[in-house]
Amino acid sequence: MSDQVLTKEDFTSDQEVRWCPGCGDYSILAQTRKVLPQLGIPKENIVFVSGIGCSSRFPYYIDSFGIHGIHGRAPAIASGIKLANPDLKVFIVTGDGDGLSIGGNHLIHLFRRNIDVTVLLFNNRIYGLTKGQYSPTSERGKITKSSPFGSLENPFDPIKMALASGATFVARSVDREPKHLAETIKMAAEHVGTSFVEIYQNCNIFNDGTFESLTDPKIKKDNIVVMEEGKPYIFGKESDRVLAWEDGSFSVNMHDEASSSLVHSLANSNSSVEFALAELTMDEHKPTPIGVFRKINKNTYDGLLTKQVENVKEKLGSGDLEKLLSSGNTWEIK
Amino acid sequence: MSTQTSEKIQKAQKTKKRITIRFAGDSGDGIQLTGNQFTSTTAIFGNDLSTFPDYPAEIRAPAGTLFGVSGFQIQFSSDNVHTPGDDSDVLIAMNPAALKVSLGLLKENGIIIVNKDAFSDRNLKLAGYDENPLEDRTLDGYQLFDVPITKLTREALIDSPLKSKEKDRCKNFFALGIAYWMFTRPLDTTLDWIKNKFKNKPDIIEANSLALNAGYSYALSTEIFTTSYQIDQAKVEPGLYRNITGNEAIVLGLITASQKAKMELFMGGYPITPASDILHYLSKYRNYDVKTFQAEDEIAGVGAAIGASYAGALGVTASSGPGIALKGEFLGYAVMMELPLVVINIQRGGPSTGLPTKTEQADLLQAMYGRNGEAPIPVIAAQSPADCFEAAYEAAKIALQFTTPVFLLSDGYIANGAEPWLIPDTDKIPEINVKYADPKESYQPYARNPETLSRELSLPGTKGHEHRLGGLEKEDITGNVSYDPDNHDKMIRLRAEKVERLVNYINEPKIDGDESGDVLIVTWGSTYGTMCNVVEEMRANGDAVSWFHLRWINPLPKSLGKIIKNFKHVIVPEINMGQLIKILRAEYLVDAKPVNQVKGLPFNTQDVIDAIYAIKKG
Repeated sequence: MSDQVLTKEDFTSDQEVRWCPGCGDYSILAQTRKVLPQLGIPKENIVFVSGIGCSSRFPYYIDSFGIHGIHGRAPAIASGIKLANPDLKVFIVTGDGDGLSIGGNHLIHLFRRNIDVTVLLFNNRIYGLTKGQYSPTSERGKITKSSPFGSLENPFDPIKMALASGATFVARSVDREPKHLAETIKMAAEHVGTSFVEIYQNCNIFNDGTFESLTDPKIKKDNIVVMEEGKPYIFGKESDRVLAWEDGSFSVNMHDEASSSLVHSLANSNSSVEFALAELTMDEHKPTPIGVFRKINKNTYDGLLTKQVENVKEKLGSGDLEKLLSSGNTWEIK
Repeated sequence: MSTQTSEKIQKAQKTKKRITIRFAGDSGDGIQLTGNQFTSTTAIFGNDLSTFPDYPAEIRAPAGTLFGVSGFQIQFSSDNVHTPGDDSDVLIAMNPAALKVSLGLLKENGIIIVNKDAFSDRNLKLAGYDENPLEDRTLDGYQLFDVPITKLTREALIDSPLKSKEKDRCKNFFALGIAYWMFTRPLDTTLDWIKNKFKNKPDIIEANSLALNAGYSYALSTEIFTTSYQIDQAKVEPGLYRNITGNEAIVLGLITASQKAKMELFMGGYPITPASDILHYLSKYRNYDVKTFQAEDEIAGVGAAIGASYAGALGVTASSGPGIALKGEFLGYAVMMELPLVVINIQRGGPSTGLPTKTEQADLLQAMYGRNGEAPIPVIAAQSPADCFEAAYEAAKIALQFTTPVFLLSDGYIANGAEPWLIPDTDKIPEINVKYADPKESYQPYARNPETLSRELSLPGTKGHEHRLGGLEKEDITGNVSYDPDNHDKMIRLRAEKVERLVNYINEPKIDGDESGDVLIVTWGSTYGTMCNVVEEMRANGDAVSWFHLRWINPLPKSLGKIIKNFKHVIVPEINMGQLIKILRAEYLVDAKPVNQVKGLPFNTQDVIDAIYAIKKG
């Protein structure tokens, strides 16, 4: 723990931020800078790792150690950093193109291994840095520079992917919900194991308004359900509706004080509830959940590796170079 | 063992200086095991030797087929041995397919020992023989010993409780017993090995030991074997030895380097023939602070190694050609980041999947140039199985001291081949001093050591040294992103000059022979052993040849530029279509001539000699 109290200014690097004015990334940067001092980790022990894309410029703007990697490969670099020095707090910043398309393979294996790193995935449903092609999360039919007659591809849902491949902390937040975003990033950063936060982020140049139904103050309450620990899934402008758990899926009911609904409980959750919540995202008649889908404790790969090294040392003794070189069948020539 | 009849039979013993034996059989016949046992015994006996396994890519190819033949060759001698030998003196073939595949690799009048029982109609057909070669004139001109090995093994094990299938599996030990008699080897090394290997299976220990003894006694007592051969101990440098493959030696070299640098070793890899053994062996040494990470693919393997290197470990990745192709982008990244990294390529036949279990030197230009942009990486090549130890140590040392990725090139031939290794005194291996930026001073990530041009590293966790790096061009000194044209030009030149300067910190290879004359041979990598033979034979013929074997191909040694102009003929033999020669011609403007062969096999000594004479004749 650091002996001095850090502020968000301590985590602000001397680099000029070069995202487009109005980009959702600014909000994520601001909330991250705000959360970092709250973690109580000295900034020299924090490493931000990214791939390629707009989001991947992120490490330059945080005054900690940082690596701007190559396209899609941040999870590989981050894994090596964490395994070589488990004392470091490692963040991965990626986007829907970087993390789900070119780097999709690395991300699922990171989740499966449960290496103790925090992944922030900025999902803007578009390729921004290459100036506007459809991404793996773009909706079918989307008109972009590379799909002038409409994209033929089905989007996939990063939350379901993270759940299915075994991430131990899975959450979603939105760039326009700064308080929720800060709380979610903080929870993710404090989780031991791979934590994953999908952040809906508006690209005001190439995909402006893609999340408008979730961010427009006039309608957002009808379209978002905030998952809160110990509370039923209440939503709607008047808080008048609730998600009810019936026969393995959620339906929308009117909320009245007397009815009993399923309560969001991370400790007692199971994969059917987690996936059913995730499923709501693509259902245009139901609200999109934000908040934490899963939080479970499992052994981390880095923890197990450290333990394995200790166990082998205990069993075989610390390595003796001379013994190593002269092991096996030897013979002496005099 | 039985000696009742031996006294009655007069057996001759001849002394030989050099013998090459090839064991061949189905991939399920235990040929590699048999060959390795013969090797251990021979090494401990005191001969110099060199071995080469030659096995199919299929794990268990259908029994009896030509493509399922597994071979193992050993050359041993009372004199120096540089290669596993070209054509063999002796062929031990466990079935017709093995005979068919290996016959072309046997010398005229060579000895053939076959398992007669395996020459069934079905096996003959599978091997493509219309007639039984043991009965027609196919083997005229060879000394044939057709031994009913299966039958004799079963007889020897008549009292064993094993099932007949298990008993038949002991027949390779029977064959090994015959070979031990024929070449006057003691049985103890193998008997001890059997005892250790099958510790909890007394029936198997007994059966294998019986079969080995029975083979030996059979050769000793029957009349068909009239002559055994004595190969005296070789005169080699005194000291403690072990037999070692190239891949084992690389692992020991890497661990030695990491221990001498007082660092953890982190290897990120992905299984690929013939490099997987490096991952396998390294993963055994957790107690030497070795962390191995079997990544989801080749790209993640090198990425994790770069991450680990950034965090303060000795980062290593190992693969073969196709895997190296996948790693290309990350290697350019490591050049840009100027981080230490050892990249090992155990070359195999290419292109594409090519010949995974065969050898080739065709990835040299990939190592030199296989990246986007100007991305120079130092390239070092190992020359023999045991030499892989020093090559790996040196690669790691240079990577750490020059903050650069280093390519270490080996190939299937020396990776799987083995030879005796004089175990070095660990106290005499120099420490590797890795210096980090002073934590009390402010930090400039791209400030350089004025001598080596290596950049100053500072590890995450160093207070006050927080900084950001990436694959975008760096501003000199500060390491900030820079698009400035002059800075880019400067950085490109700095990175290139850093690689060139390391020539001042490596041992200059010495020319073998005069520094001027008629013929200069220039080689690199695993052709070293064959070239020793070539040069020896040519000199024995009265021809003056000089020979320069490269250690580092990037940078080239200082003296080569001068020497190479002093010869009438510059000849460059390589197991590729001419890759080093392109570099030499470009660098020195000499009209060098190539000798190329790309068969997935090492050179044959005589082929190289013939090619050199042909070039000399013009």
